[in-house]
Amino acid sequence: MLGYTITQWLFGTLSLMAIMFALMMVFTRSPVNSALYLIMTFFCISGHYLLLNAQFLAIVQIVVYAGAIMVLFLYIIMLMNLNADEEPRKHVVTRAIAGLIGGMLLFVMVGALKGAEQLQIVQGGSSQIGLVKNLGKVLFSEFLFPFEIASILLLAALVGAIMIGKRDTNINVK
Amino acid sequence: MTGFIIYKAIMCVGVFVLLLASAAYATLWERKFAAFLQDRKGPSRAGWGGLLQPVADGVKMFMKEEIIPNVSNRSLFILGPCLFMVTAVVTSSVVPWAKPVTIGGQVYDLQITDINIGVIYLLGVASIGVYGIMIGGWASNNKFALLGAVRASSQMISYEIPMGIALIALIISSGGSLSLKDIVNGQDAGFANIVWQPLGFLIFFICALAETNRAPFDLPECETELVGGYHTEYSSMKLGLFLFAEYINMFISSAVLATLYFGGYNFPFAQEVYASLGLVEGSVMISLIGFGVLLAKIFGFICLFMWIRWTLPRFRYDQLMNLGWKTLLPLSLFNLALTVVVEFFRGNIHF
Repeated sequence: MLGYTITQWLFGTLSLMAIMFALMMVFTRSPVNSALYLIMTFFCISGHYLLLNAQFLAIVQIVVYAGAIMVLFLYIIMLMNLNADEEPRKHVVTRAIAGLIGGMLLFVMVGALKGAEQLQIVQGGSSQIGLVKNLGKVLFSEFLFPFEIASILLLAALVGAIMIGKRDTNINVK
Repeated sequence: MTGFIIYKAIMCVGVFVLLLASAAYATLWERKFAAFLQDRKGPSRAGWGGLLQPVADGVKMFMKEEIIPNVSNRSLFILGPCLFMVTAVVTSSVVPWAKPVTIGGQVYDLQITDINIGVIYLLGVASIGVYGIMIGGWASNNKFALLGAVRASSQMISYEIPMGIALIALIISSGGSLSLKDIVNGQDAGFANIVWQPLGFLIFFICALAETNRAPFDLPECETELVGGYHTEYSSMKLGLFLFAEYINMFISSAVLATLYFGGYNFPFAQEVYASLGLVEGSVMISLIGFGVLLAKIFGFICLFMWIRWTLPRFRYDQLMNLGWKTLLPLSLFNLALTVVVEFFRGNIHF
């Protein structure tokens, strides 16, 4: 079809959808719709992972981000009943500064990507590296130490969250 | 390539029809079973002994007036039940239904797709299933619906965790593959996984009950407190989709339970039976027998689900949360530790 392979078609469609949903997530006024568009963006990105033969990463992206974190986000938004008309209008100076900083970030990213087309792609390892078996082997042998450190970080965050929750109830009891 | 697409399309349509037909007749069987337990007759007017009752129910659902509340978020209101139905159906794509068939030298897997992350895919789809209820409940713009949706989703999120840990223990003891096909084939010659994972099976089964919102965990729809829960505002076929998806979920949960813990399409002394019947590997007959065995197991689990529903009283909401977080979660962690020790002594784990 038009000289493109199926993979290229999929990549094009997925990229277009991901960018479209990401833009809609930013521009929509209603917080619930915004969160839903973000979930769609996650799905598109995990489609990209599938194209790269990283099935484990794709499904974990869905389980963790779309299935757990965004559910909690949506939960809070729904319970607080945030609506588009209640969104506070920001001051002009705040908006100008936000625009400036966003523009600078765009500048940096464009600068970083400039000349990327001349780089040679280094194919490290086999194309099967994203499969769960190979990923697990690498994670538990070569990258064992960073992996454990990351798990301790998560544990600390977990304990911290529980501590914050507990402190609130104590204050209420007093 | 064309042949491959045709074969996959036939598989998809076949599984879809199987799901719809079995879910439709599960509604009839539920009422018949309840009637049997309560010493009644159950639906008996439509068709022979009530056999056309699901058709009558379906026609009734379609003929009802379609009401979309003015104050609701229209697009999300419609999206909710659709999403719930879709997530209920897509789980079936990783279930292996029978042994591969060889026709004309070509091997056909009787499974829609054998991805090597099948077990995590099941968890992923289960976690996505929350969205249908949440979106539907919120978009109704009704306090009862919102509370029902919050209940349903927090219940599903809570029970996903012990379910996931029970699955990890299962994977350790079944040889470390995440593909459902490998897990079934691993139970081909030896024992079914239930022998090594009795506690894991119990945890998984309770979580499956909670994930499908079946009694005694059917708190999201609680007439005395919440009217109809998340589907209070729904009418006509949208309500039908919510109710129907529950039966599809039940069918697929039973299929997954049978596949993971009870050997799927395998049965004891299968090789001897096939040999005595003179069947060769890959023949259609073997697949048919295996499929029949799997269906029988699924039917058994569906009966168990229904038996529980019509026997046990439902939980209170705090009891439900306590059971999930304070009983099942530590129990599943204990099961995981126990599995590691047992597998180490069985020689399946090397350090």
